[in-house]
This record gives sequence, structure tokens and C-alpha cells, in this order.
Amino acid sequence: MLNLWRRLVPYLARYRGRLAFGIVSLILCRVFLLIVPQILEAAIDAVEGGATEELWRYAGYIVAAAAGSAIFRYFMRWHLIGVSRYAEYDMRRDFYRHLQTLPASFFSRFRVGDILSRSAQDMNAVRMVLGPGVMYPVETVVTTIGCFAFMLAISPRLTLVTLLVMPVVSVLMKILGEKIFRRSEKVQAKMADISAVVQENAAAARVVRAFSQEDAQRRTFARENEAYARLSMKLVAVSAALFPLLLALIGLGLAGTLVFGGTLAASGAITVGELVAFLFYYGYLTWPMIALGWVVNIHQRGAASMKRLAEILDARPLPTPDHATPLSRSFAHEPVSIEFEDVTFAYPSQGATGNGKPAPHVLRGFSLRVEPGQTVALVGRTGSGKSTIARLIPRIYDPTAGAVRIGGRNVRNLPLDQVREAVGFVPQDSFLFSLPLKDNLGFGNADAPMEAIERVAEEAGLTGDIAGFPDGYDTMVGERGVTLSGGQRQRAAIARALLLDTPILVLDDVLSSVDSETEARILEAVRRAARERTTLIVAHRLSTIRDADAIYLLEPDETGAARIVEHGAHEELLAAHGIYAAMYRRQMLEEELARL
Amino acid sequence: MSPTDASPATPPTSDRRLLKEVLPYVLPYWPFVTLGVALVLVSTVAQLAGPYLVRIAIDDHIAGGDASGLIGVLGLFIATLALGFAAAYGQAWIVNLFGQRVMRDIRRDVFDHIQKLHPAWFDRQPIGKVVTRATSDVDALNELLSSGVVMIITDVVLLVGIMGVLLAMNWQLALVTFAAVPSLFVAGWIFRRRIRPAFRRVRGAVAAVNAFIQETLTGMEVLQLFRQERRRAREYRKLNRAHTAAHLETVFCFSVFYPVVELITAGTIALIIGYGGGRIGAGTLTVGGLVAFLMYSEMFFRPIRDLTEKFNILQGALAASERIVKLLHTEPRIVTPPAPRIPARRPGAIRFRDASFAYNEGDWVLRGISLAIEPGETVAVVGHTGAGKTTLAALLPRLYDVQRGAVLVDGVDVKRWNLPALRRQFSIVPQDVHLFSGSVLDNIRLGDRTISEADARRAAEEGEVTAWAHRLPDGLDTPLGERGAGLSQGQRQLVGIARAMARRSRVLVLDEATASVDTETEQAVQTALARALENRTSVVIAHRLSTIRGADRIIVLHRGRIRETGSHRELLAAGGIYRRLYELQFAEEPVLAA
Repeated sequence: MLNLWRRLVPYLARYRGRLAFGIVSLILCRVFLLIVPQILEAAIDAVEGGATEELWRYAGYIVAAAAGSAIFRYFMRWHLIGVSRYAEYDMRRDFYRHLQTLPASFFSRFRVGDILSRSAQDMNAVRMVLGPGVMYPVETVVTTIGCFAFMLAISPRLTLVTLLVMPVVSVLMKILGEKIFRRSEKVQAKMADISAVVQENAAAARVVRAFSQEDAQRRTFARENEAYARLSMKLVAVSAALFPLLLALIGLGLAGTLVFGGTLAASGAITVGELVAFLFYYGYLTWPMIALGWVVNIHQRGAASMKRLAEILDARPLPTPDHATPLSRSFAHEPVSIEFEDVTFAYPSQGATGNGKPAPHVLRGFSLRVEPGQTVALVGRTGSGKSTIARLIPRIYDPTAGAVRIGGRNVRNLPLDQVREAVGFVPQDSFLFSLPLKDNLGFGNADAPMEAIERVAEEAGLTGDIAGFPDGYDTMVGERGVTLSGGQRQRAAIARALLLDTPILVLDDVLSSVDSETEARILEAVRRAARERTTLIVAHRLSTIRDADAIYLLEPDETGAARIVEHGAHEELLAAHGIYAAMYRRQMLEEELARL
Repeated sequence: MSPTDASPATPPTSDRRLLKEVLPYVLPYWPFVTLGVALVLVSTVAQLAGPYLVRIAIDDHIAGGDASGLIGVLGLFIATLALGFAAAYGQAWIVNLFGQRVMRDIRRDVFDHIQKLHPAWFDRQPIGKVVTRATSDVDALNELLSSGVVMIITDVVLLVGIMGVLLAMNWQLALVTFAAVPSLFVAGWIFRRRIRPAFRRVRGAVAAVNAFIQETLTGMEVLQLFRQERRRAREYRKLNRAHTAAHLETVFCFSVFYPVVELITAGTIALIIGYGGGRIGAGTLTVGGLVAFLMYSEMFFRPIRDLTEKFNILQGALAASERIVKLLHTEPRIVTPPAPRIPARRPGAIRFRDASFAYNEGDWVLRGISLAIEPGETVAVVGHTGAGKTTLAALLPRLYDVQRGAVLVDGVDVKRWNLPALRRQFSIVPQDVHLFSGSVLDNIRLGDRTISEADARRAAEEGEVTAWAHRLPDGLDTPLGERGAGLSQGQRQLVGIARAMARRSRVLVLDEATASVDTETEQAVQTALARALENRTSVVIAHRLSTIRGADRIIVLHRGRIRETGSHRELLAAGGIYRRLYELQFAEEPVLAA
């Protein structure tokens, strides 16, 4: 709870003016409301005194007081709930910006759906703390103090009698509340079981049918379904009592007040009008008592949600040096070397909690040097670690030990922005945003002239496809636009990287969805366009990287870490009759088969 | 609240149709509903007694200056409170019991119906949605029945009761009190008209923000590599602003609505005081009567005030029930035909007659397959990835239906078979053996009561399961974790084979895993397989040399067509697709004796 408020106070503090105005409005609203029983008291005493003709005047007072209360109630809600919405805006903004700074190692631990549900449901639960979670407690305090003040003024003794009910209500609410909480947790858990059965059933739909498991599954489901109904009724046995019990207790207080107050009134110690006013104040007190439980609930849920949000908010971006010397200007215009020195790497263990097992090393003591302007290809089976190597260059991940250098400088000692400015990276998964195609191609440089975009589209072999799109370069693509084929997406991703004209270009198995002729043609164009660049190509298909200056074949060793088993130019590797040659032969066969 | 509630696309008539669908679930429990409503009446009467007793206390005892009779009033008061509590508790309990029973029945029917649906339906349905139908959507429907309908009945009974009491006490003052009701309804009507589009904008804004964040998360790597975080954050700001603005509009609506209701309530109180005062002067009303009127008017406005909120709950519940009804009306495509056949002799003969199949229309996965497999024959199906091998196997137990041609089992078209009987003819060992929650033995028997425990244990023995399972804490009775967690791929496959052996079905379909099984279990798998193949018609989707060796015939499937048929030696000599596949896939294994 403390943690919750430590994080929330800065957000509220920005709106302290509004907050103060809202709270003042709340107090004024309550003051006007609490005057009404006073007017009633005067009115009834007037009736008792036989002055019935004055009552329209009192009626006027009541309307006036209610108007005052209504006006301030408007300000109260508008400001106090409004503040929570403004603060929510700020929280969402900060949450979003923070997400954008987090490294890939973070996103491998949290699923997209998980982060989304935190940004929606948990954010809302925290917002409730800022809105109703602030307004109702203040309202409760103000109302309670006000009512007691007036009640004490009418009769301290009667107030004492009325007071007897309050602790009983609070204690009972607490006991019942805890019981309800425990039982509803059991109901929730059973609901999770039901979900699991349906989930498994849907996931195994074919197996269930092939093995005629429908009836067995029905029996399993029926068992959980019955158990759920049973547990729910156990919960109902308690929860159904809550509201009736509250009503009865409040009624009991009312009855006690009526009888004791009535005795006082009969003896003339208080007037009938005072008794009625007292009953009204008592009525005003009941709502805050009910609301209290609700407010506690809002705060508990808010604290739990804040904890879940904090898991994201406390995640740290990649460390960058405090006083990094930026790259020299010439860096951007000349090809530079890439160097891996004794690099060790393991992916962070999966799952939000991790399973405790240390993840296996993907790289151990890996070294490789690419000279400025060279084109180097990494090949190997799936899982041989070649993509991992590519991803260490633009610091998608950082090595666990060892160094990755570009132009002789350790990437960890450079400003992150500059590293990424120097490295054009085409990832395996060619994601396009829901933007017009030209904005996707110019994604890295919003100011790129149209000619530049058209040139890279040409180089990536995309011009023909674009001519066929409904709006040419203005065609919306991505999730909410036209669906591009895998090959079109991959080529768009290449064009996007080419546009930036970076000294280093890294292609991470980017053309798997196009046929080998197209792949060869595009890579040739890329090579021509990138003559001045240092290029690292991770490839699955060997026929397309024949012209690389050097080819490195990776194989996992007995522990699963990648090592270079063969290297050299294509012809040399073929002549060696090793694994590369065998792989090449197999791929030629496959291509032949595909043509049959 | 669900995102689809109150959508303008929902035709108003569907509410009535929906009710007709839900009614059969409600009717069996009519005594619960009757009892619930009866208890509502009792608790309403008890609630109404409160202000009336106040009136008696003031007029008969306090005003007269004699407090001695008050103790009797207290007794009465406590008695009505106790009665009210009992009735309200009983009502809440019975209504919930009713709701839980109805939910249980609907949930059971939803699940039952899902069991009848064809795999193709599941292919198109995200699992999360299926789960939602059977869980939270049913809960929402319960909300509609127990909270929604019952709450509205309770409110209406209370309103009618108050009106009755007020009219009986003093009909002129009662009419004056009711004068405010139309204005309250007008206020509520205006409020609903303004809040509805506001809520719609909120839903739109929430969806837009979520979609944007989802896209950011999916494309995070690209976003960061291209250093576009700042630009993207600027775009997010626009959506975030619209989100806040939409919410502020609803805040405004509520900020205005509540004070207006407060004013109307106060106006009524003022009228009661002003007009009632005159009545007291005229002697037709007592002071206690006036106080009772004031208290009733408080009671009177509360349900009307809350009606708006209840209305929103109902809208959400309606949308959920619509989704459930839609699911229950999804026609199962693969069912036993009206006059099903079970052939007298079922030796396990298979025939494909010019069969074509596509998962998506026009995108043929199998084209014009014609193939006859004799009882007891073992046929191996080979082909490159995506050739249609697994699909071919899925057509046999009618997991999918062919669009053209026919599949015959024991001389009868599978579409004319009794479906459970047809499926009993087959045992399939898939690439990835799915294990259900339960023990190892449960997973071998799979709830089939015709398999005795002894049979299952024998199958475990012959299928080489016992060999490793005896090391588990409870041997074959060891419960497996979710989806057989903790078992290796090879062990799971052995369970799959044992499962097939225990079933003693005539036809065995093996869809072998390409993933290499660890060497320890490799030999065990081979031994178990050899036993399983004996005396059965077998279709072996082969990736491994050793299983092809035992085959009587090899079928080469390429791009959905049968391209070559023959023995290993014949096909190899022909130098076609098979030869290339062979070189490709088996090059690293020991060469077959030619």
C-alpha cells in the first residue's frame, strides 16, 4: 500500500490545484447537504407550534440548500474524478515511453498479451485508486465529522446510543469481507480449472475426436462444472448475507435511535424536529459505512495492480556509459570493421519468473573479424547460433562476456543511438507498421526524399509489386492495411534498411520467403548498393551467398554453444568435401525437388 | 463491460429472440424463481414497515408526551428487521442458487456442443475465444438473469409498494410527491442519450490505444533499431489524448446527472414540507405522517437513480448471451448421418476414390487421390514437407471431409458410417502425442471402458512403457503434469503407441515424428512399433528408414498428388521423386541392402 502511494503521489501532485478545489467543493457540498436536516428540524418544530403557513418558506430554504449542494457536487465530481483521468494520461504516457526503452531481454520474459493486460486492466485499477479511491474516503471523513457535530449538538447521550451500532457494523463487515475474499478466491481457482479443461479440449480438438474422447472430456468438464457451482454456493452463503445484514443493522440503529430519542422527545429534552433531524443525520452516515468496504477493496486491488505494473516500470533499459565519447564524424561515411572477441552469450531464462535453470550458452568464447567493406556470410543449421551473433551487433542483446566492436570501439561504450545509427539491421521477422508503404520504407528517416525511397524499393526488387498495389506507395500496409506476402514484407524490410545508408549492414536470414532466384537477384543488388559497407549476411540457403568474401559454417558443440567448423570462400569449402559441401548438395536436391 | 455491448449493429428484435433461447434454461427452475419473488415481496413489506413505525412512534407516543408505548414499537421494529433480514437473505440465496443452476446447465451445453464441432471450426477459432464462451460469457449471462432481472423485479415491487403506502396515507400529498417522477425520467432519458455515444467513444479510444500498444510491442525491435521511439511516442500522445477526452466526457455527464437528481429529490422534499404543512394545518396529516413521507421519498428515488447503471450491466450481458447463442447454433459439420451404417465385416480395408481436399476453399492440399489398401497391408506414405501426408491420414477417421471424391472404409463411404464406430476402427499415433491430465495408465486407456485395466497394463508392457514407467514414483499410476510435462518426446510417443495397441482397432496410422528421439528410447520405439504393426492394416507416414523397410508398398505424395507407387527397390531404380527424397532424407543413415 505504501509502495502504491509512493508512486502515485507525484502524479497527483501535478494537479494539486484541481485536487484542492475538488476537495473544497466536496466539503461545501457536504455542508449544504447537512444543513437540510436543520431546516427540516425548524420546519417540523414550526408545525408542532402550529405555524404551518411558514412552511413554504422552509421549503424554499431546502431548495436553496440543495441547489448549493448540487452545484458543489458538480465541481467535486468534475475535479476529483477528472484529476484521476489526467493523472491516468500521465501514467499511460510514462508507461508507454518506458516500454520503448526496454531491451529485447525484457520482452523475451513478458508475453505481448501479458503486457497489454497490464497496460489496460491494471492501469485502470490504479486509476480507480486516484479517482473514487480518493473521493470516497474524503467524503466519508467529511460526512462523518459533520454528522457527528450536528448530532452531538442535538443530544450527546443520543449520539452515544447511536454510536453503539457503528463498530458492530465495521467489525461484521470486516469478518464477512475476509470470509467472502477467501471463498471467492476458491471460486476463482475453480474457474481457472474450468478454463484449463476447455483450453486443453480446444487445443487437442483433433486428438479428442480421433480417439472418441468426447464423453471422457464431458465427464471431466461436468465434474469441474459441478464443483464450481458447489463452491459458488458456499460463497453465496456468506456473500448473500452481506447486504441484508447491513440493512438490518442500520435498521436496528434506527430503531434504537427512534425509541431512545423518542423517550427524550416525549420528556421534552429534545424537540420532535430535533429527533427527525437526528434520524436524517443517522441516514446520511449509512452510505459512508457501506462505501468504506468498497474503498478498501479499490485500494487492495490497486496495490496488487501497481505491483504488476512495477514489474515493468522497474525493468531497466540497456546500460549505456555515462560519458561515452561519440563516434567521429567520418565513421558514418566509411566502412568499418566488425569484431567479436571471446564473446559468451546465453539468452535470459524464459518466463516472468524464470525456472531457476541456468539457460544454456549459445556462444562461448566466440571470435570473428569482418574487415571493413567485406561481405561475410554465416551459415549453419537452425539453432546453430548464427542469428544470435547478428543480434549482438546493434545491441539487441549484450554479450554475457567478451566484446563486440565496430570500428574498433566496444559497442557497450558507445551511445546506444550511435550504434544503431551505424548498423542497418534487417531482422528475420520483417515487421511492418500500420502506415502507408512509403512511410514504412522511410521508417528510419521521416525526411527522406521520394526519389531515395523509390531507389531503395528498386534495389530491393519491390518496384514491380508496388505498381500492383491499389494506392502505390500510399497503400496502407501492416495489420490494418493490405496483407503483403511474406516475400514482399521481407523485401520492404530490406529497402527500409538500405535507405539509411549505414556503414554496417546486417541481414538476418531475411529472404527465406522468396525463391532462390529472386533472393540471388536482390542480394546482388544489395551488394552493388552496399559496396562501401561492411555486410554480414546470415543465410539459410547456400546458393545465394556463393559470392561472399568469406563464409563461416557454424555448428553447435556438445553443450550447444556455436563454434566455427568450416570457413573460407564458397569454392574452397566445396572442395573441402565437409559439412558445407554436404549441406550444399542437399539444398541443390531440394531445389530440384521443388521444381518437379 | 464488454466491448461489443450497445453496438448499433444489434437489431432490437434480437433481444426477444435471445430471451426465447434462454427461456428453456430458466423454466426447469421456476419454483426457485417463484420462491425468490415471494421473498422479494416479504422483504419489501418489511422495508416499508420502517417509516410507518416511525410515524406510529411520533404520532401515538412521542407527540402525546408518553414514551411508555415506545418499547412496543421497538419490539415490532426489531421483528420486522428480523423478518426483512431473513427474507432478503433467503431471496439472495435462492436467486443465486437459481443462477448457478442455470449457468451450470448452459456451461454444460456449451461444452457438449463444442465436443460435436469439427476440427475445421477449431482451426479458425482462437482458443482464448472458445474459453471465454464457456467461462466469462456464461457469467455475464448469469448477471443478466440473477442481478439484472431479479434486481429490476425487486425495484419495481418496492416502487409500487411505496406508491401504494403513500396513496393510502394521504392521496393528495402522494400525488404531489409523484410530481417529480416525470422530471426524473426526463433527466434519465437525456443522460442516457448523452452517455451512450460517450461510452461508444470511450470503447473506440480504448481499442485504439490497445491496438497501438500491441503494434508497438510486436514491432519493438524494428522501432528501436530504427530509433523511431520519439516519433512513435508522439503518435501515441494523440491517441492517449483522445482516450482521456472521451473519458472526461463521461465524467462530465455523471457530474451533471447526479446533482440534477439531487435537486429533483430536494424539490420533492420541499413540496412535501410546503404542501404537507398545509395539510397538517388542515388536520388531514399528522407530523409523524409527514416524517414518514419524507423517509419514503428517500427510498423512492434510490432505485430510479440506480436504474441507469443497471441498464449498462444488462447491455453487456445481452452481448455475451448473444455470443453464447451463436456458438450453440453453430452447426456441427461432421456428424453421423441419419441412417448410419456399420459394415458387418470390418477387416480394415481402405480406399480413396479420386479424393480432393482443401483446408481453405480452392487451395487444394490433396488432389484426386486414388488408392486402395488391403486388410493387413502396411503402406508407407513418403513425401517432402507440405506434400499432404498428415492431411491424408486425417481424412480416414473423418476429422475432415473431402470436398470431392470419397474415402471408403470396409467398402462404405466414411460419410455414411456411424461416426463413433468409424473412429473406433482407427488408432492414430501422431507426431506429437498429446497427453491428457491423468495417470500414465489413464492415458493408455483414454476413458475407454471396454479396455480392462489388465489389457491396458499388457499394452504398456508390450509398448515398452512399463520399462521406464516403473521408475516413476507410482509406476503406471503416476499422474502426469499438464500435457505430460516431464516426459521426453520418445516416452510420450511410447505412450501413444501403447494407447493404439490397447485399442485393438483394425487400422493403425503412424505419423512419425521427424524429431530425433533420444537413442535410449529409439530402440524401444522400434520394438514397440514392430509389435503394433502385426496383423493390422497400417498407414505409416514415414520419415525413418526402418519403418519403410517393413512396408508392403510405398506411396510417394508430392504437392497433393500420388506421383509414384512401388517397393523401395523399384522406386529407387526409377530415379524419380523417391530417389531424391531418399538421397535427401536418408543419405546420412545406413544404406539399404539393394
